[in-house]
Amino acid sequence: MSQEVLSISGLRATVEGKEILKGVDLQVAQGEIHALMGPNGSGKSTLAYTLMGHPKYVVTGGSVTFGGEDLLPLTADARARLGLFLCFQYPTAIPGVSTVNFLRAALRAQGKEMPAREFLNRLSTEMKELKIDESFRSRYINDGFSGGEKKRMEILQLAMLRPKLAILDETDSGLDVDALRTVADGVMRLCGPDMGVLVITHYPRILEHLHPDRVHVLHDGRVVTSGGADLARQIEREGYEPILGTAVAATA
Amino acid sequence: MAIQAKELTKDYQFGFSDIDVSVFRTAKGLSPEVVASISQHKDEPEWMLKFRLKALDHFRKRPMPTWGADLSGLDFENIYYYVKPVEEMSRSWDDVPDSIKQTFDRLGIPQAERQFLAGVSAQYDSEVVYHSIREDLEKQGVLFSDCDTGLREHEELFRKYFGTVIPPNDNKFAALNSAVWSGGSFVYVPKGVKVDIPLQAYFRINSDNMGQFERTLIIADEGSSVHYIEGCTAPNYSSDSLHSAVVELIAHKGAKIRYTTIQNWSDNVYNLVTKRAIANENATVEWIDGNLGSKVTMKYPSVYLMGEGAHAEVMSAAFAGNGQHQDAGSKAIHVAPNTTSNIVSRSISKGTGRTSYRGHIKVLPKAHNVKVSVRCDALLLDEESRSDTYPYMDIDNPDVTIGHEASVSKVGEDQIFYLTSRGITEQDATALIVNGFFEPFVKELPMEYAVELNRLLALSMEGAIG
Ligand SMILES: Nc1ncnc2c1ncn2[C@@H]1O[C@H](COP(=O)(O)OP(=O)(O)OP(=O)(O)O)[C@@H](O)[C@H]1O
Ligand SMILES: [Mg+2]
Repeated sequence: MSQEVLSISGLRATVEGKEILKGVDLQVAQGEIHALMGPNGSGKSTLAYTLMGHPKYVVTGGSVTFGGEDLLPLTADARARLGLFLCFQYPTAIPGVSTVNFLRAALRAQGKEMPAREFLNRLSTEMKELKIDESFRSRYINDGFSGGEKKRMEILQLAMLRPKLAILDETDSGLDVDALRTVADGVMRLCGPDMGVLVITHYPRILEHLHPDRVHVLHDGRVVTSGGADLARQIEREGYEPILGTAVAATA
Repeated sequence: MAIQAKELTKDYQFGFSDIDVSVFRTAKGLSPEVVASISQHKDEPEWMLKFRLKALDHFRKRPMPTWGADLSGLDFENIYYYVKPVEEMSRSWDDVPDSIKQTFDRLGIPQAERQFLAGVSAQYDSEVVYHSIREDLEKQGVLFSDCDTGLREHEELFRKYFGTVIPPNDNKFAALNSAVWSGGSFVYVPKGVKVDIPLQAYFRINSDNMGQFERTLIIADEGSSVHYIEGCTAPNYSSDSLHSAVVELIAHKGAKIRYTTIQNWSDNVYNLVTKRAIANENATVEWIDGNLGSKVTMKYPSVYLMGEGAHAEVMSAAFAGNGQHQDAGSKAIHVAPNTTSNIVSRSISKGTGRTSYRGHIKVLPKAHNVKVSVRCDALLLDEESRSDTYPYMDIDNPDVTIGHEASVSKVGEDQIFYLTSRGITEQDATALIVNGFFEPFVKELPMEYAVELNRLLALSMEGAIG
């Protein structure tokens, strides 16, 4: 058996009393790239939030281990310190907290603090790679950022924090062609044996850059089918209906 | 930065109380005899004694204000109104008693900074014990001393302005201060002189049941400019204390005064302060006012815009923890045409803490082309926290532009989640948001004060958890 960094089995979760995840099973091995697809409202973001530990999402069954540790009893900050990272579909603005201060606080919290000069150099380098203007250093995090700028800022945080596993929730949505390439290159540069990726997306284009090892389809709170990169192309061509039809038939 | 400051101060204690080195104190409570003995002890001229006694009269006649915070816990008879710690004014740092130096050490004023400062006027109990003026200030003709010395050495100048901005019958607490005042700073900046280093004073209460009634008078003559800074921390007491200061500023034609305060009284202190400025033609007055701690604070720095082209800037920040009430705000009285005022207030309530913004904008009939901008934002950290806004406007001239914006927000679950998802603990996440909320205020502070404020905030965040 390969080294699993994330192992989800039978995960059930509710939000506002409504069951959204109805028994999710998913394994991601160390350093692998997985894609999670599925129709709108199937529970992809809910899974991402539940894994990250958002207090609104209540786990009602199943288990999740991360790097061999039981993830579920931990608060979000403890999960992050274990090496889990979420690129938000809709990043939150925090007026008054500058990008620089935020990143330093996060690095310090994760025990990855470095001398100020090194920190600033690294920040500069990563910002150049992601084509983020220097002025964003002192801007308040996500405050007044455009959709695309927010997405790039998420990847910047990823680059600075270097987690074990990054969940990218529709990081490719709303990006222009060039920005998509920049972001995808950024992610590709970071992933490798030390960092795996679970990318949530509706479009195969980002997957052409990322070359996922596995593609999973979530439907109505369950992973209904999994396959190789071809599965994404098939979905692009034919939509979800044929897959869901057979998958639903198979589980019936 | 916030987190770093917090680590620095994890075991930093503001609640210490030093050995009492007081040598003279009046009897507890208030009477003409107590007032006379203060005046006599200071060897004051007759007019000042009369001024004090008349003020005492006003104080006794006036009812307690009922419109602001709850003052029912105040007992005027259970307070020492004057305590004198050392016999002689010290001229140099070497003469300062060791126990007092230790207090300053604990307050964390860096040595380098002390030397750099233009003059440190350190108020220990009711008397100034240490006071130095840098030579070039003296050469420029700038007067910077404690108020008692100001009265003694520059009586004519002092008398010309003292009590003119805030007369003793202005309000009950101004009357009280006028009767028993002691210490505080006296600053005079001559025509055209620009003081480029902030003048600073540190204040501290050090006796149980002791009130502190300092009096500050700053005069900036035509075309001059000065920045005065006052900051303080206070030890904890078992019984209630009263702090009631009066601050008068006079900015002459084209002059500029900035007055910066950060106050962090212990949570049993009633902090009832009257601060008022007069801005003459083309003068600018800026109040930068930060309030943490205390049991009750009532403080509304105001500016009377008396001359054409005068400008007022009031930037305040308040933090109310459990059981605390910060009733703060500001007033701008536009008497002359073409005057402008800009008021920014930020307040945070935590636990059962309560903040109130009380503002008064008045535009007189002759004051045309007035521009006013008021912006107050409140942040609530808990379900039970409370914030209220009481904006009053009396506009008697149609030719004004007034902008007024107010907001109350809660720290959002999603903001906390976003920060914690990066590994930051919930407490540190809250501290980051709180520091961020005060950012516009902190930006106005000199570096060392910004650091100190962040420290105090971090402490308040820890201490106020219910
Ligand atoms: N806070 C919430 N309150 C109520 N319902 C919620 C909440 N969060 C999610 N849901 C519901 O859960 C379901 C799954 O939502 P989720 O955001 O996980 O979908 P998704 O797969 O990410 O969709 P999309 O592709 O549109 O991003 C939806 O029906 C949604 O309305
Ligand atoms: Mg989603």
